[in-house]
Amino acid sequence: MGIDLSVIWMVLIFFGVMMYVVMDGFDLGIGILFPFVPAEHDRDVMMNTVAPVWDGNETWLVLGGAALMAAFPLVYSVVLSALYLPLVFMLLGLILRGVAFEFRFKSHDHERHLWDKAFILGSLSASFFQGVALGAYIQGIPVVDRAFAGGPFDWVAPFPLFTGLGVVVAYALLGSTWLILKTEGSLQAAMIRVTRPLLWVLLGFIVAVSVWTPLSQESIARRWFTLPNTIFFSPVPLLVAFFSLRLWRSLQGEPHAAPFLYVLGLVFLGYTGLGISLWPMVIPPDVTLWDAAAPLQSQGFALVGALGIIPFILMYTAWSYYVFRGKVRAGEGYH
Amino acid sequence: MLDLSALDLARIQFAFTISFHIIFPAITIGMAAYLVVLEGLWLYTRQTLYRDLYHFWVKIFALNFGMGVVSGLVMAYQFGTNWSFFSDFAGGVTGPLLTYEVLTAFFLEAGFLGVMLFGWNRVAPGLHFVSTVMVALGTLISMTWILASNSWMQTPTGFEIVDGRVVPVDWLAVIFSPSFPYRLVHMAIAAFLSNALFVGASAAWLLLRGRDNPAIRTMFSMALWMLLIVAPLQAVVGDFHGLNTLEHQPVKVAAMEGHWENHPGEGVPMVLFALPDQEAETNRFAVTIPHLASLILTHSWDGQIPSLKDFPAEDRPPVAVVLWSFRIMVGLGVLMSLLGFWGLWLRRGGEVYRSPNFLRAMLWMGPTGLVALLAGWVTTEVGRQPWAVYGLQRTAEGVSGHGVQPLTISLALFVLVYFAVFSVGIAYMLRLVARGPVMHEGDTAVSGGPGHERQQMRPISAATDDEADAAPTRS
Ligand code: HDD
Ligand code: HEM
Ligand code: HEM
Repeated sequence: MGIDLSVIWMVLIFFGVMMYVVMDGFDLGIGILFPFVPAEHDRDVMMNTVAPVWDGNETWLVLGGAALMAAFPLVYSVVLSALYLPLVFMLLGLILRGVAFEFRFKSHDHERHLWDKAFILGSLSASFFQGVALGAYIQGIPVVDRAFAGGPFDWVAPFPLFTGLGVVVAYALLGSTWLILKTEGSLQAAMIRVTRPLLWVLLGFIVAVSVWTPLSQESIARRWFTLPNTIFFSPVPLLVAFFSLRLWRSLQGEPHAAPFLYVLGLVFLGYTGLGISLWPMVIPPDVTLWDAAAPLQSQGFALVGALGIIPFILMYTAWSYYVFRGKVRAGEGYH
Repeated sequence: MLDLSALDLARIQFAFTISFHIIFPAITIGMAAYLVVLEGLWLYTRQTLYRDLYHFWVKIFALNFGMGVVSGLVMAYQFGTNWSFFSDFAGGVTGPLLTYEVLTAFFLEAGFLGVMLFGWNRVAPGLHFVSTVMVALGTLISMTWILASNSWMQTPTGFEIVDGRVVPVDWLAVIFSPSFPYRLVHMAIAAFLSNALFVGASAAWLLLRGRDNPAIRTMFSMALWMLLIVAPLQAVVGDFHGLNTLEHQPVKVAAMEGHWENHPGEGVPMVLFALPDQEAETNRFAVTIPHLASLILTHSWDGQIPSLKDFPAEDRPPVAVVLWSFRIMVGLGVLMSLLGFWGLWLRRGGEVYRSPNFLRAMLWMGPTGLVALLAGWVTTEVGRQPWAVYGLQRTAEGVSGHGVQPLTISLALFVLVYFAVFSVGIAYMLRLVARGPVMHEGDTAVSGGPGHERQQMRPISAATDDEADAAPTRS
């Protein structure tokens, strides 16, 4: 057999979705933080910190969907129909906030507050329903004859709603620390102030989810709490504690990039923990990645492109961030 | 009381969302290429007029692009949410094609868009030009992949069916399926044509209002040349496209022509007007020209084409929709060509910029590019019914197993949000058009996109914005 394409694809999709979470996470977070920053000129600055890059950030989500269809069509079809309504609400949220970037600056003054609201509502609902979808996915999706066999409202349950809130908090924290990096003066000070409580709340969510999942799903408990796994995976919680501490410290004094980097670390750890819990299931609780694989010809053809092109994508994306480096100031924009 | 099944709702939702989506990419494709030409001319000739036009159109482009992105996002997920049996069946082909589209096109567009819109003062002019070119290239690549996917669904080749699922065996045959080259060229021209009409109508509107400057004249003239060249070309390409369809999907052509049955030894008439009756298998109130369809489709006086009755009733598309959408497209196409020639005629003596009749005709023809484009897609897609993948999977077999309730909720929300958001977006686009290109705008600031409008000086400069609206030709 040799190389296992399904495993490579799983890793790639894992990577793509992580890129999405991290990158769109901070720009969705900006929308979530809007209500805390009433001044128009501050809001202009907040939006301008992401205006040149938000489209690229969102493209990782499109990649996630497309790659799933290419490599694991069964997952794409079953999971997406299982999560039908949460995904529709997410998409509608992304529409509202996506157009707000353009519309807000092209509307007349008296209309602008509408697009502020669309931006807030859209960011909130996109984040919340991503979290709901995640929770419903972890909870497990019943499959009969290669099709979803549950009901349209299965996601209305405590755990998915809880993870929905958790994702909102995580994105808000990504957003606030991104703004610490990209702004200065009173806006930056305000962001430092909101970062502290957000960190506590996020830690609360992390602990709660870490207790809740093994209690409700035996396979996950077994994954984490049998030897030698417990030893292998023990760095995960330890690093969470370490990063949180460093993050707290870095908020003292004159923070710059450090808080954002630590939050990235936290998100990465949470995400890895999830991967550890679920591997090798792609439709929990019992469809594995090999059951769901596309024909070899499909996986192989798409893989050539992915491995050949993603390095270039990373290069020009980095270049574009480089062009727009530095602090954004009020009234200056990027222009 | 409408009594719609889950299948009907899923189809309505798909048709609704894709019809909105396709409008924006069509403008994006044409406009991006136009911006490349404008920026290239500016760098080459250093005439500020081209730079002014660039700055004028790039803002409209930015708005349109944003709407294309968010409506496209919905499409990428819809195959899984609403058409899960289709995705499980054909995902092995359509998945990799969509993945290539993301990798080679969407990232390229997104990566360089930021610099194109906001980077005018941040990077050297050459690098900025490269960014514009990359975005334009991205839109063309995007079109290529998605049409490869759609064409494969129309005329599938290069695959095997294993365990009830499609397995690609020859990727070149998959990508270059028989209808792909025709569809690609026809769609690309449709995008350029729609755009030429949009730009032309914008200039005509400004000229009719008595606004006149060299920039407005230049864009009007450029649009007219484009129209003159591509409108007739589109008719020729469309003819070839139709002949290709006759070969691979004869029942679709029979529906386009409203051709129910052959009479031995008789040529096929061209139906000018008719109300097809699917139940009675005939046309009502038909107005026809004898032998014309034979002449066009078989190049002979008495040549025959397969008729609708040659196919079982359950394999026929809804004839009325296909027949009429086809007539709308072709009729508008003919009008566009005539408009192009009229413009050429009026060029002698510069009459084009003054003739109120011509300007008004240009204005009214403005949206027809997009109308024809939508009509063409309706012909193509409805003509393919009842198949989702031609001859392999019926649309009814591809749909997810949702009940009516969740689909009603989602459809209602999509309709609500799309009309609210996109109609406002289009209104903002027209508002920007109404300002008209400002001469020497490029000297001071500049670029389009978010932030530009009221942010270049101080936050307070926002207050001056409405005045600028009122006096668009400020100098
Ligand atoms: C500005 C837009 C526009 C204009 C003026 C025309 N078309 Fe078109 N047509 C399209 C835009 C379009 C399209 C939207 O691009 C379609 C839909 C799918 C496709 O491949 O192209 C299309 C499809 C389409 C098809 C269906 C092919 C199939 O489904 O397999 C035929 C036969 C033609 N066209 C023929 C013509 C002819 C003879 C025209 C003469 C004037 C014409 N079109 C003008
Ligand atoms: C280019 C990529 C496209 C793909 C892959 C695609 C795919 C499909 C699929 C799977 C269906 C069957 C499901 C259904 O009946 O709703 C369909 C139908 C349909 N599509 Fe497309 N489509 C594409 C482009 C378009 C465009 C650009 C339009 C623009 C108007 C369009 C209009 C329609 C319509 C109106 C139907 C419904 C036909 C009916 O239900 O009778 N399609 N398409
Ligand atoms: C049903 C099939 C389709 C799907 C699934 C689809 C998907 C998408 C997605 C996800 C985006 C957003 C990309 C981003 O985030 O940057 C997008 C944008 C785009 N799509 Fe589509 N699309 C479809 C049909 C079409 C067709 C028929 C065309 C053209 C022939 C087209 C051309 C484009 C272009 C040029 C863009 C760039 C954004 C813009 O133009 O505003 N798409 N599409």
